[in-house]
Amino acid sequence: MITKRIIPCLDVRNGRVVKGTNFLGLNDVDSPVKLAAEYSAGGADELVFYDITASFEERKLFADILRETASNVFIPLTVGGGINTVDDFSRVLESGADKVSVNSGAIRNPALIYEAAKKFGSQCVVLSADIKRVDNKFMVFAKGGRENTGIEAIQWIKNGLESGAGELVINSIDTDGVRNGFDIELLQKVCDISSVPVIASGGAGTVQHFIDLFKEVPNVDAGLAASVFHFGDIKICDLKNELKNNGINVRI
Amino acid sequence: MVGIIDYGVGNLFSLKSSLAYLGINGEIVSDEKSIAKCDRIILPGVGAFGDASKALQDTKLDKVVIDIANKGVPLLGICLGMQLLFEEGLEFGSHKGLGLIPGKVVSIEPLVNGNKIPHIGWNALQFSENKGDIYKYTKDGEFVYFVHSFHAECPSEYITARSEYGSLLTASVQKGNVMGAQYHPEKSGESGLMILKSFCEI
Repeated sequence: MITKRIIPCLDVRNGRVVKGTNFLGLNDVDSPVKLAAEYSAGGADELVFYDITASFEERKLFADILRETASNVFIPLTVGGGINTVDDFSRVLESGADKVSVNSGAIRNPALIYEAAKKFGSQCVVLSADIKRVDNKFMVFAKGGRENTGIEAIQWIKNGLESGAGELVINSIDTDGVRNGFDIELLQKVCDISSVPVIASGGAGTVQHFIDLFKEVPNVDAGLAASVFHFGDIKICDLKNELKNNGINVRI
Repeated sequence: MVGIIDYGVGNLFSLKSSLAYLGINGEIVSDEKSIAKCDRIILPGVGAFGDASKALQDTKLDKVVIDIANKGVPLLGICLGMQLLFEEGLEFGSHKGLGLIPGKVVSIEPLVNGNKIPHIGWNALQFSENKGDIYKYTKDGEFVYFVHSFHAECPSEYITARSEYGSLLTASVQKGNVMGAQYHPEKSGESGLMILKSFCEI
């Protein structure tokens, strides 16, 4: 049977991995190439790189770092951040990414999902959505979680699936960075309607949070986290052993 | 030298890097002359069967690959590259494959037990009685990384490993010097690197 995946996420800015709380207050952590190699050796099933840079120069540096990582790390790499056009897909795929995640770019131009899926195949188009409760409704946010788009989240995801997204990253802004566990309610809602793999993001603080995620939302495929891994609070090999002890199928 | 065939389809970067990491000389090749110089050939591929099959025909590399396979050069098809080794692919209509291994490429059985399509992620290899030549360093039950919605249906004598996903999927095949892996060895961590190493030592 297919295993549940554990995915460390590396936010990369100016050539370094950074991590903030609730999308703000960024702290410098480590070299992405070094971290990626450590994670891969430690049992990570996949890596996500988010390019949170803005300038052209930094983007070039990001491509170099991606290329260097992909030359040394032989597990799937997903890249997100600054993906607005089909050319952006080509740019990161040529630098060694296996999948590309779109977020704000798809909000600005929903046809991007369809165009990219048609050109590169659904398997490499990941729809990433930042979602927050507003008046008891799940809404899609843009610009790194700062702006309410007014789009209802479940409908947005349904549209993305119809356009050809091959995987979903569901990031709950309400639980991100506060380490109180994944957003089970939101993830259950998304898994109920998704025909493609769902990656849970936002809120991991302890090993128990991952156990709860996979037990309470059996259809979720992967758990993604950043700070708990970067700061060494959870070692991936320990986490996977605990998951296995709890009857969850993982790759060890 | 291991030739990685470039016909405009697939992520060649990872394959080339994996071989380099193993200390193996891998070259990206796209013409008959360079391919003839290789002592091993890898046929990669990502995307849809029909498009890739057409790309092989348009570049006339289909005949080159068939010729080199008939000469006994070890050939490894990866993912869609493996699917192209068969006679026919049934993705968006019927398309002709290279016909190096009898069989056809069909859609993974509709959702059984809520399994999602595509089959994306790490799954365990279950060796056949004859596990073929690419698993010299691999143990039964090791995990490899899959991304696909179609798989090969062929006589069981050619299947060297399967993976369980609702039903049993064809994970790898071999007929003489022609081999195929449905998963991505270049994305399967240490296990995958050892599979490539094994292929390069045939």
